[in-house]
Amino acid sequence: MNYFVGIDVGASTTKAIILDKNADVLGHAVVNSGADFQRASQQAFKKAQEQAKRKIPNNGFIIATGYGRRNVPFAQITKTEISCHAKGSYFHYPHAHTLIDIGGQDSKIIRINDSGKRTGFKMNRKCAAGTGAFLEEIANRLCIKLDKLNRLAEQSEKNIPIGSYCTVFTATEILTKIREGVEVKDLVKGIFGSVVKRAIEMDPLEGEIVMTGGVVAHNPFLVKMFEKKLERKIFVPPLPQITGAFGAALFALEAEGG
Amino acid sequence: MSEEKRPLIKKIKATGQMRKIMADYFYEMDRASKEGSPKIAWCTSVGPAELLLSLGFLVHYPENHGALLGATRTANEYIPVANAIGYSPDICSYLTSDIGSFIKKDTPLSRAYEGIEGVPKPDVLVYNTNQCRDVQDWFSWYARELNVPALGISTYRNIGEIKDYHLQSIVDQIKGMIPELEKISGNKFDLDKYKEILSLSKKCTELWKKILEANTAIPAPLSFFDATIHMGPAVVLRGSPQAVEYYEVLLQELEERIVQKDGAVEGEKYRLYWEGMPIWGKLRDLAEFFIQLQTAVIASTYCNSWIFDSFDPDDPFMSMVRAYTEIFIVRDENYKEKYIEEMVHKYRINGLLFHDAKTCPNNSNNRYGMPERLEKKLDLPTLTINGDLNDLRCYSEEQAKTNIEAFVEQLEASP
Repeated sequence: MNYFVGIDVGASTTKAIILDKNADVLGHAVVNSGADFQRASQQAFKKAQEQAKRKIPNNGFIIATGYGRRNVPFAQITKTEISCHAKGSYFHYPHAHTLIDIGGQDSKIIRINDSGKRTGFKMNRKCAAGTGAFLEEIANRLCIKLDKLNRLAEQSEKNIPIGSYCTVFTATEILTKIREGVEVKDLVKGIFGSVVKRAIEMDPLEGEIVMTGGVVAHNPFLVKMFEKKLERKIFVPPLPQITGAFGAALFALEAEGG
Repeated sequence: MSEEKRPLIKKIKATGQMRKIMADYFYEMDRASKEGSPKIAWCTSVGPAELLLSLGFLVHYPENHGALLGATRTANEYIPVANAIGYSPDICSYLTSDIGSFIKKDTPLSRAYEGIEGVPKPDVLVYNTNQCRDVQDWFSWYARELNVPALGISTYRNIGEIKDYHLQSIVDQIKGMIPELEKISGNKFDLDKYKEILSLSKKCTELWKKILEANTAIPAPLSFFDATIHMGPAVVLRGSPQAVEYYEVLLQELEERIVQKDGAVEGEKYRLYWEGMPIWGKLRDLAEFFIQLQTAVIASTYCNSWIFDSFDPDDPFMSMVRAYTEIFIVRDENYKEKYIEEMVHKYRINGLLFHDAKTCPNNSNNRYGMPERLEKKLDLPTLTINGDLNDLRCYSEEQAKTNIEAFVEQLEASP
């Protein structure tokens, strides 16, 4: 086989990536998952092929991951996103580390040892607090486009504490803050702080930290806030939103002896 | 991707006999309820059942009814009814579903057993808080609703080493109940009868222990999901010869499976310990899921909780009290961790699965750092999934299964 494909069908977005046998990226794409995961996976794969400027023939090895992994009819096998994120993260950062992945609807904390083996993982407790869905909900309430959040948070010079327990509770808390005259940029930085708190509540976050996920890809200031809180540099791999799909493609490569 | 075939759960041949003795049990109690005799006692799962049986009561276990509501996936029809009268969705979902079912005058018992219209009417309610405080609130509701006496035993909680005063207080409480129980039952307390019933309970528990210990074999012959169902006679029929006879048959079947190396999970690759309550409404679904993953859930705190090693007919009161106090749920973290450590070695466990049941804090042992401590101490991976015994609103199937699948992938990748 010459092509190794990873498709990550997440709750919010579907990602596809195509590697060659040297694990070099030939093409990648992100589409909205919507309500039809099969369609989303086909679309993402098609777009990745367009970027790669080639069609993947039937001898491409495809692994699907993510919540919708069983809805990818053209995948050979499936693997959980936990395994795939760990794989992708270790490729870029081949040392023991804790991976924090903040996705559309879940956060994952995955511990990886020096040999790249997973030694433990946790996912967010039941609720979407601290995830992309949380940021979407709050952005909606504040009538802000998602892609404006990072810039707004960067401009804030205040630290307004906002809760991290529950998205609905936080939305109500924000109403109180608006009534008190807190500026939008400070509110946005506050909800970023809430995302940081949520991750800290999940794990001691010892040692080296790597961060991935769509939330991280689109909000680099959030990473800076994590760095300040954890008092250490955080590594963000290339294409952080696509780390899961990348890991899936690496598994495909490995399965073929690569 | 090809369509996956539904994995087969291997049938246990003895199940037919179990269904019969359970049906006989429910029908006998239904008759008594309609005819007014023999008297009926409701008892908590690890309450003084043997004493009640010796006084001639038939015994109904509301927790067993709660489990039935969960297993038939009807609990969520009844829980909101209890919520509406002030019982929080955060408390025991056995309690809320059982009370809700009573208020609605509807129970899956009537669908399972033709002619049975409802749970049997109690003449007395007897609880032991060794399980939790919820049983006291649960029985108190019925006491008020039905104007029936509720007699309770208060057990110490978080016990490390069991001391005499822990036990003596409970012996005194139990003996203190006898006059009132005699009045309600119409029978005088008979020590010989009590010893005889305790002796049968002891035989039942010894057999149940052997049945669970059959899973020290590789591959394990009995899954946790099957064990929770086959535990029924130990829960509601201990003290009876029928339970003893049944477990002799079941044990023989499992011993045959061991000889034939016929495991509950075909191609068993990993062996897990389930810590916490079953997710009653998802037994089959999870059993099939684990079969697909070639992972056998083979030992559990829950099923082992009906092993009462200390029963001694020669010292009936103290031994029964000791047996009902030394159970896992009553003990402190040190004891629990040591217990799980022993089980890990005994059953050659590859990983620990903790079920955080939303409405059952006393049986959710992940909440005080135990998984983290055990991971370090035993160098064994752990996983915590969120769910509940009965309230399926608290169970995210997608999250739980993704976590379980990822956990098995982690086991696969480990040396």
